[in-house]
Amino acid sequence: MKKGFKAVLSLALAGAMIFGMTACGGGGGEEASGEAGKVLNIWCWNDEFQTRFNDYYPEVKEVAEDGSTTTLNDGTVVNWIIEPNEGNNYQNKLDEALLNQESAAADDKVDMFLVEADYARKYTNSDSTMNIADLPGVLDATSDQYEYTKEVVSDADGNVKGVSWQACPGLIAYRRSIAKEVLGTDDPAAVQEAVADWDKFAETAQKMKDAGYFMLSGYDDTFRPFYNNDAAPFVEDGKTLNVDKNIMDWVAMTKDYTDKGYNNKTSLWSDDWNADQGKDSKVFCIPACTWEIDFTLTGNADPDGTKDPAQSAWGDYAVCVGPVNWCWGGTWLTAATGTDNADLVADIMTKMTTDPEILNKIATEKGDFVNSKSVIKDLAANYEGNDFLGGQNHYALLSDAAEGLSLKIASPYDQGIIEKMQAAMKDYYDGTVDLDTAKANFEKSIKEIYPEIETVNWPK
Amino acid sequence: MARKNKPEVKEISYAKWGYLFIAPFFIAFVVFQLVPLAQTVYYSFFEYYRSGLTVIGPTPVGLDNYKELFNSDFLKYFGNTVILWLAGFIPQIVVSLLLAAWFTDVRLKIKGKQFFKVVIYMPNLIMASAFAMLFFALFSNNGPVNATLVSLGILDHPFRFLSSVAGTRGLVALMNFLMWFGNTTILLMAAVMGISPSLFEAAELDGCSPRQTFFRVTLPMIRPILVYVLITSMIGGLQMFDVPQILTNGKGSPDRTVTTLIMYLNNHLFSKNYGMAGAVSVVLFVICAILCLLVYFNLNPTENDRKIKKRDRFKPRKEALNG
Amino acid sequence: MDKKPSHARTVIAYIVLIILTFLCLFFFYILLINCTRSHAQIQHGFSALPGSSFAKNFNNVIHDAKLPVLSGIKNSLIVSTFCAILATYFSALTAYGLYAYNFKLKKPAFIFIMLILVMPTQVSAMGFINVITKMGMLNTLYPLILPSIAAPAVFYFMYSYMQSSLPLELVEAARVDGSNEFMTFNRVVLPIMKPALAVQAIFAFVQNWNNYFLPALILQDNSKRTLPILIAMLRSADFLKFDMGKVYMLITLAIVPIIIVYIALSKYIVAGVALGGVKE
Repeated sequence: MKKGFKAVLSLALAGAMIFGMTACGGGGGEEASGEAGKVLNIWCWNDEFQTRFNDYYPEVKEVAEDGSTTTLNDGTVVNWIIEPNEGNNYQNKLDEALLNQESAAADDKVDMFLVEADYARKYTNSDSTMNIADLPGVLDATSDQYEYTKEVVSDADGNVKGVSWQACPGLIAYRRSIAKEVLGTDDPAAVQEAVADWDKFAETAQKMKDAGYFMLSGYDDTFRPFYNNDAAPFVEDGKTLNVDKNIMDWVAMTKDYTDKGYNNKTSLWSDDWNADQGKDSKVFCIPACTWEIDFTLTGNADPDGTKDPAQSAWGDYAVCVGPVNWCWGGTWLTAATGTDNADLVADIMTKMTTDPEILNKIATEKGDFVNSKSVIKDLAANYEGNDFLGGQNHYALLSDAAEGLSLKIASPYDQGIIEKMQAAMKDYYDGTVDLDTAKANFEKSIKEIYPEIETVNWPK
Repeated sequence: MARKNKPEVKEISYAKWGYLFIAPFFIAFVVFQLVPLAQTVYYSFFEYYRSGLTVIGPTPVGLDNYKELFNSDFLKYFGNTVILWLAGFIPQIVVSLLLAAWFTDVRLKIKGKQFFKVVIYMPNLIMASAFAMLFFALFSNNGPVNATLVSLGILDHPFRFLSSVAGTRGLVALMNFLMWFGNTTILLMAAVMGISPSLFEAAELDGCSPRQTFFRVTLPMIRPILVYVLITSMIGGLQMFDVPQILTNGKGSPDRTVTTLIMYLNNHLFSKNYGMAGAVSVVLFVICAILCLLVYFNLNPTENDRKIKKRDRFKPRKEALNG
Repeated sequence: MDKKPSHARTVIAYIVLIILTFLCLFFFYILLINCTRSHAQIQHGFSALPGSSFAKNFNNVIHDAKLPVLSGIKNSLIVSTFCAILATYFSALTAYGLYAYNFKLKKPAFIFIMLILVMPTQVSAMGFINVITKMGMLNTLYPLILPSIAAPAVFYFMYSYMQSSLPLELVEAARVDGSNEFMTFNRVVLPIMKPALAVQAIFAFVQNWNNYFLPALILQDNSKRTLPILIAMLRSADFLKFDMGKVYMLITLAIVPIIIVYIALSKYIVAGVALGGVKE
């Protein structure tokens, strides 16, 4: 026993020592330090852009086995820094890096970072992002993009500070098999009739319930259609948070749906929410967005990647426009002030968000609603259909809706506000607290993440 | 005692070694705990936070942070912490006492004592964060526990543990219980074994039942270590963070009823609100300082004794370590 | 002696012990089962038998830069090992300084350490982050390692151990042989302290292996993160929730090494707990 003890202890020590020698002294960037090439640091909160970059950026030479880096033809190493989004984690980590941008070594500087609509204005209103007019060729190339995708990343003087490869019209993704059984048809036009406004949506929900199905998976699914149609941003003066009447309509509707058993009581991104998009689920539809088709729906409907309708929900989905027009999120590429690779950043921005050939590929292979009016127009007329959606051409369906999208209501604080709102109201839907307590809990959480917000006003 | 006869000069010449040997400890303590503590107290009187990419302050605001603290739900979080701690600690101490009594009772012949000891202490070594993540996965609405309960017919439909106050608090308490009851059992056993066997023999001769022996002999004799376990567990309870933080993903939900003091502190630290974080820390410090004093007097009961006196049961015995 | 009640008590004792053993082991059983099953199988429901996706899950976890497990294990090993060494060595040194020498500040120093014996580090976390930021140590492993030099609880254990097993005559003898005080400590005192050093090293290792609060606030880069932070990411990162097999596998990787070491050394650890009296 004693020998064993000593052996294990000395093994552990020796192991740690070897690690210690190789790793304790220096910082990160070990993989890049030896090479002559440049390092390009790209910050993002998931791998959505990374996969598109690796698949479609023409200069890509090879991708590291673990996905941590991508090497380009000229020897440049692209470093992917991926931080989870939730709880403002991505923003906090990014802020820390941006505040140290000046003193950071050239290879450690943030070159490019991605932002979401929920907090894009925080960065585009600051000096940490570059005006794309200062990046060679980018601004000119964006003339064909949807206006709202530029407006949300413009600063007070109208300078555009970011670009996106996609527009994100909202949609209702539904299960064809359940539609056939309960509504008698899976034709998108007919299903659209059944969800054309919130009253009809509720009628259909009742039908679903009577047939043993859930209309929706969870509480947060209908948030975006309401929020995106708010009258004004949550925060305009940096001190006061005004909750829109639309948000309270969402609360009232979700409570009502929960009490009536129209939903399966899940929360966004939770594992039971993900499971509700699978083959065995009893959930009829999910108010979603174009990027969710590839990012969440496909993986959840077909976790083993079989593409076989018999074993998965592949081909059993279709989309329709839904009760209102809305958009959710999107992903903007911004150039960090102080980048030492401005030309490369400009090239990535131009190719990945404006090159018709690349955008066409992203659309047909990933299902994204790409940010080019002419490419979408072409797809609306000529695309033969998306396999996962049972052959439906969702571009034809959504191209009109995309023209009218707006993100005027986005404020720099929205990520935190939305997360805290959904978390606070969950207790109300669950029946743990009454509405007033839920509101009070929301205000408390806001105080913790945004000390500068002094008052919260609720609609009458 | 031989040292007393040595000339004074020699003692003095060795004193510098004493200072030298304890220097690293005190330097590290000052740099990594005392200075930070002073800063924490200092900034608790300032408005000092991040608004987006701008740093606000530090601007002196007097006691404003403390006012805000006591106007917030601070007392509720304190209450949460106490409830979560008690819900784990009460079963923990009861079960530990029971096991310690059984394991040390010569009249009870329990086989595999060593096995049980090894098993019950094991959860204490598990990463609390991994344990919490595991519980989260197991007790989720469509997780294995619910699936098992439904398929056995115990439940009609899955119980949503993390949407119910009792469910969430119960899980936290269960985890704390599982993580600590083994540790406490072993401590109490050591204490019981430190009691002179003649006392038990006498009790047996007097015809005491096992229950009487336990309440009249064992309990009074191990009182000091019980007090010690109680206070250290209280301090551990005040620090409760990993388990509720990861189980609820930092939300402390439902209705913020599993938000502990350290989670509240962490919320401010994470959003870089140093003023408020400072105020929370100072209040926590005061509570902990009181508990530290209690530990101190528990371990050093006779203040005026020149030698620092200790109880035998705290004294490590070499044989036990080798054996 | 009345044998009957004793018999009944034995039965009750076994029942309670079996229930507790079940509680302690059941969760690990599910963990081990689920880390061998694919995401689709796990979503499908619980099964008592293992699946066949162990290798796949393992590969998925190892080859995902978003969740750098290998560097996480490496960082955790570095921090825990150095903490264990520093905490035991300097605590023994401090204890020896206060045990073997007489000097003016001896008693105040001792009382001071006893007063801070169980003071949690969280109360000074805010200032700690500030201080190490100014020292340029944010986002490095040093601020997690160096504070271990001042470990009051380990000191207390060492001090108690010296009282019971380190006769000062031995030190005197070394002095007569002309050994310098520091050498005496390293060559004479430390070997005697071995059992105590080993037990405390194990506890310090485990405690730092499991530490989450401070590392989460200090380590920013993915490549610097320790295991507990990666575990916490499982809970918060939406992009990691698409594969539950991976989640279970990472938990397994975080827990199993410690369990194996524990089972190998359980005798010493259990004895050490009994003697420690001080828990963190």
